[in-house]
Amino acid sequence: MIVYEVFRQERKGQAFAHAGSVGAPDAAFAEAYAREQYGRRGESVALWVVPREAVAEIHEFVDELQKNYHRVDGYPLKEKLKEARERAGTAPPADR
Amino acid sequence: MTEQEFLEYVQSGGQVETDDWMPDDYRAKLVKFIEMHGNSELMGVLPEREWILRAPTLQRKLALTAKVQDEVGHAQLIYRVVEDLGKPREQCLEDLISGKSKFHNVFHYPTETWGDVGVIAWLVDAAAIISQKALLKCSYAPYARIMKKICWEESFHILHGRDVILTMMNGADEQRELVQEALNRWWAPLMQFHGNPISPADDPMFQWRIKSQGNEEARQQFLDGYVPQIWELGLIVPDPKLGKNDEGVWEYTEPDWAELKHVVTGHGPQTAERLELRKTTRAETEWVRRTVLAEAA
Repeated sequence: MIVYEVFRQERKGQAFAHAGSVGAPDAAFAEAYAREQYGRRGESVALWVVPREAVAEIHEFVDELQKNYHRVDGYPLKEKLKEARERAGTAPPADR
Repeated sequence: MTEQEFLEYVQSGGQVETDDWMPDDYRAKLVKFIEMHGNSELMGVLPEREWILRAPTLQRKLALTAKVQDEVGHAQLIYRVVEDLGKPREQCLEDLISGKSKFHNVFHYPTETWGDVGVIAWLVDAAAIISQKALLKCSYAPYARIMKKICWEESFHILHGRDVILTMMNGADEQRELVQEALNRWWAPLMQFHGNPISPADDPMFQWRIKSQGNEEARQQFLDGYVPQIWELGLIVPDPKLGKNDEGVWEYTEPDWAELKHVVTGHGPQTAERLELRKTTRAETEWVRRTVLAEAA
């Protein structure tokens, strides 16, 4: 038996989401099982049936070079905006 | 992660995936619990299967057949989850047939009349969906995820069951009698269904957050949801003590916990016959599995 992961698309245009898995001796059986399990009530408009072996899983996201310019936290605007407002004399009154 | 850290993690709502580290006891409890669920789905089709040919109309035969397909499909999905935890499906089926593993109490009883079919589809599935909805929050994420699909289909079955019951209640006196008699037969097993009122603090399944609610909480939810629905049809619940007290808590005659234990340990009125049928059909279809696997290889 081979494990196949099944992804289903609920409506045209939506992302495929993982639905579950089926155990099958080959791709033809996997397709038949996937249809029965995840498509017989009109709950999907398309399925992807993929051997589990073919799915590469990644867990670690190491940021060795501190590439914070890729992220929101690389842009600390709050402090800078405060300073710029003070410089321009448009800072809101301190005690509101 | 230590076992204590893991416990704190799941108790604070953390979820676990198949490849994550987990304590051996957690894995063992998961397998036991989920396997029993799979067994119950598979054995649960037998009381209904007996009525496919005797169902009153073609529409009912088809609906019942579809329900049987749903339940077997659930067993397939659930055994897949067990398999990823390390126990092959073949082994689950062997242990079921040999009586080593268990299945739910309600599937050990006979289906005497068409009234029983309605009561099973309506109230047994209602009791089951209460347990299953609580499993949507199970700490083991792959199990929680498939529960979404299962709950969706179970709510469909309740619809089917209610339709069967309402049709009979709107029919002849004899039909109403069939429903009342079936309710009389099923009430005790239904009250036992969610298990003895063990406190969640002493329930290891709750401690590991495999279950997210206690047994008594589930039973109260069942009574709250369904007793009014039973009463409004003019049916009588066969328990003179049943009622809601001033604090809004349902009171009832203490269910027979000895019967529950006796039944689920393999001594129910239909246990032997139904396991024998599983054994026979499994032997009869052995050649199919052999052929299919040989062809694929």
